[in-house]
Amino acid sequence: MSQSAILPEATPLITATSHWPDRSFRWLAIGAACMILILIGLVGWQLSRGAHLAMTAFGPGFLTSSKWDPVTDEYGAWPFIYGTLLSSLLAIVIAVPLGVATALFLTEMAPLRLRQPIVTLIEMLAAVPSVIFGLWGIFMLVPWLRDHLFQWISHSWLGYLPFFKGPIYGVSMLAGGIVVAIMILPIITSVSREILRSVPNLQREAAYALGATHWEVIRIAVLSYAGRGIFGAAVLGLGRALGETMAVTMVIGNRPEVSASLFAPGYTLASVIANEFTEANSDLYISSLFELGLVLLVVTFLVNAAAQLMLRTLTGQGMGKIK
Amino acid sequence: MTAATDTFEPSRAHQTWRRWKSRGMSVLLGVCAVAVISPLFLVLYFLVSKGASALDWNFFTQLPKPTGELGGGMANAIVGTLMLLGMAAVVGVPIGVMGGVYLAEYGSDRANYWIRFAADVLNGIPSIVWGVVVWALLVVPFKTFSAYAGGAALGFMMIPLIMRTTEEVLVLVPQSYREAGLALGIARWKIITVIVIKTALKGIITGILIATARIAGETAPLLFTALGNNFWNHNLSEPIAALPLQIYNYAISPYDDWHRQAWAGALVLMGMILTLNIIVRVISRGHNKSN
Repeated sequence: MSQSAILPEATPLITATSHWPDRSFRWLAIGAACMILILIGLVGWQLSRGAHLAMTAFGPGFLTSSKWDPVTDEYGAWPFIYGTLLSSLLAIVIAVPLGVATALFLTEMAPLRLRQPIVTLIEMLAAVPSVIFGLWGIFMLVPWLRDHLFQWISHSWLGYLPFFKGPIYGVSMLAGGIVVAIMILPIITSVSREILRSVPNLQREAAYALGATHWEVIRIAVLSYAGRGIFGAAVLGLGRALGETMAVTMVIGNRPEVSASLFAPGYTLASVIANEFTEANSDLYISSLFELGLVLLVVTFLVNAAAQLMLRTLTGQGMGKIK
Repeated sequence: MTAATDTFEPSRAHQTWRRWKSRGMSVLLGVCAVAVISPLFLVLYFLVSKGASALDWNFFTQLPKPTGELGGGMANAIVGTLMLLGMAAVVGVPIGVMGGVYLAEYGSDRANYWIRFAADVLNGIPSIVWGVVVWALLVVPFKTFSAYAGGAALGFMMIPLIMRTTEEVLVLVPQSYREAGLALGIARWKIITVIVIKTALKGIITGILIATARIAGETAPLLFTALGNNFWNHNLSEPIAALPLQIYNYAISPYDDWHRQAWAGALVLMGMILTLNIIVRVISRGHNKSN
């Protein structure tokens, strides 16, 4: 009796003082979380609005046309799509084996004292801005590639392959691929490392117990277990590679051509936007650049979403904490 | 029968081969690790060797000289970058932190799944796309490139980064702290701000600094928003200079003196980013010790 008399009095006392600030704080938090969704919608909406003119003018043929001519106001995206895909693929081909090998070295081989310093160095590599890689690329990497590596490739038996034919300028698809590879190495390494660390020790011990050598343990017990996760790491790296802008723009040569040779200059979706956006002088030109942005957004969205889903099912959470 | 036992008994030569193969692969993996970190040293080496000689007092105090004249500096670009980062923080920090609060304190599992997924997707949007979107959003309606637009573009990029790190540190605050607060009859928002956020403050600040370091070197989103400027700018609704933009413009120019300055600018930018990273490390080391 006395209990129930106290309660109704006590409860309103607390809620009356805290009700409205509590609610508005909650709504602030909800609003901030919704901003994420709003921003995604905003990006998609702005790009498709900007691209509308080019879409109606060229239709789906925009994606396959190779003509990019501001003088006659005709635009096609194929050279840029080709350049983006090829340079990213090159980057993946270079970066995945190196990144996975480094992750294996860090989790399986390296002396414990060495591991943290190497991880720190890889984090520092991730912190170098794109434009600085570009600067280094223009003045150091590209001249070296032109005078040494590319010469060596074209004079060896590799030079007979169609990928390594044609004049050597230095700035090229291959130079772009190499710079992007350097830039995505940290993320591939750190995600692979996280995956490898989640391989249960029991797996390794079982393989050792069967008499396997160190390398056989890695191959049989670790790599086969972590295979899917490493594939996810590679896809995540691909997502980064597709959107790389500044460094690629500075070393890829910026020529809208489709050439089988990796020594030939190329152009990517991101770099054509970076180079020509402020110079675009007709509505159709700007709109075409918007459509290139939309293509880039859709491709990176699909690749990133695939990578997140792949890694999420493996680790039970996203890879948000791995930069 | 004898054939079967033979296959189970590996020959000595095969054993040796396996052992050597294992050693060879260890060496190969080590070489790969060295190959991965070597670009860092190459970049840092050239930054210091090329940039240090071009760094002088003028670089930090003077405006860029017109084409053809030697000397000058990037004082306006350094200040511009700091201003842009400040504006980015004004956009990115409140939204990012409150979003993290939502994920850690309010959201249901289902809602959180989608918001985290959206944040990861947002994080993956290429920076050049942000430039185009903010151009359409803030440059076209006001008919001018502006510092506001540049700051907003960088701020948008900060949001998902800060949100995820904030969530991670808030979740680490023991549930009993919140329960203790509730038991004392403290309002929920006060528990979150005064107890939870205060406990996790170091981690939140670390996250903000990491995000700042990540966007400090971004060039692509500034190309058609902040645009760049060769003079001092105190009006935020006008184009503003930024260090990454200046490095880019000088690097692709045909002048040797500008190349020299681009290296110096890159050295300063890298110094700023590494300093932020070192601060983060010092803070989080102290954090680990106190726990």
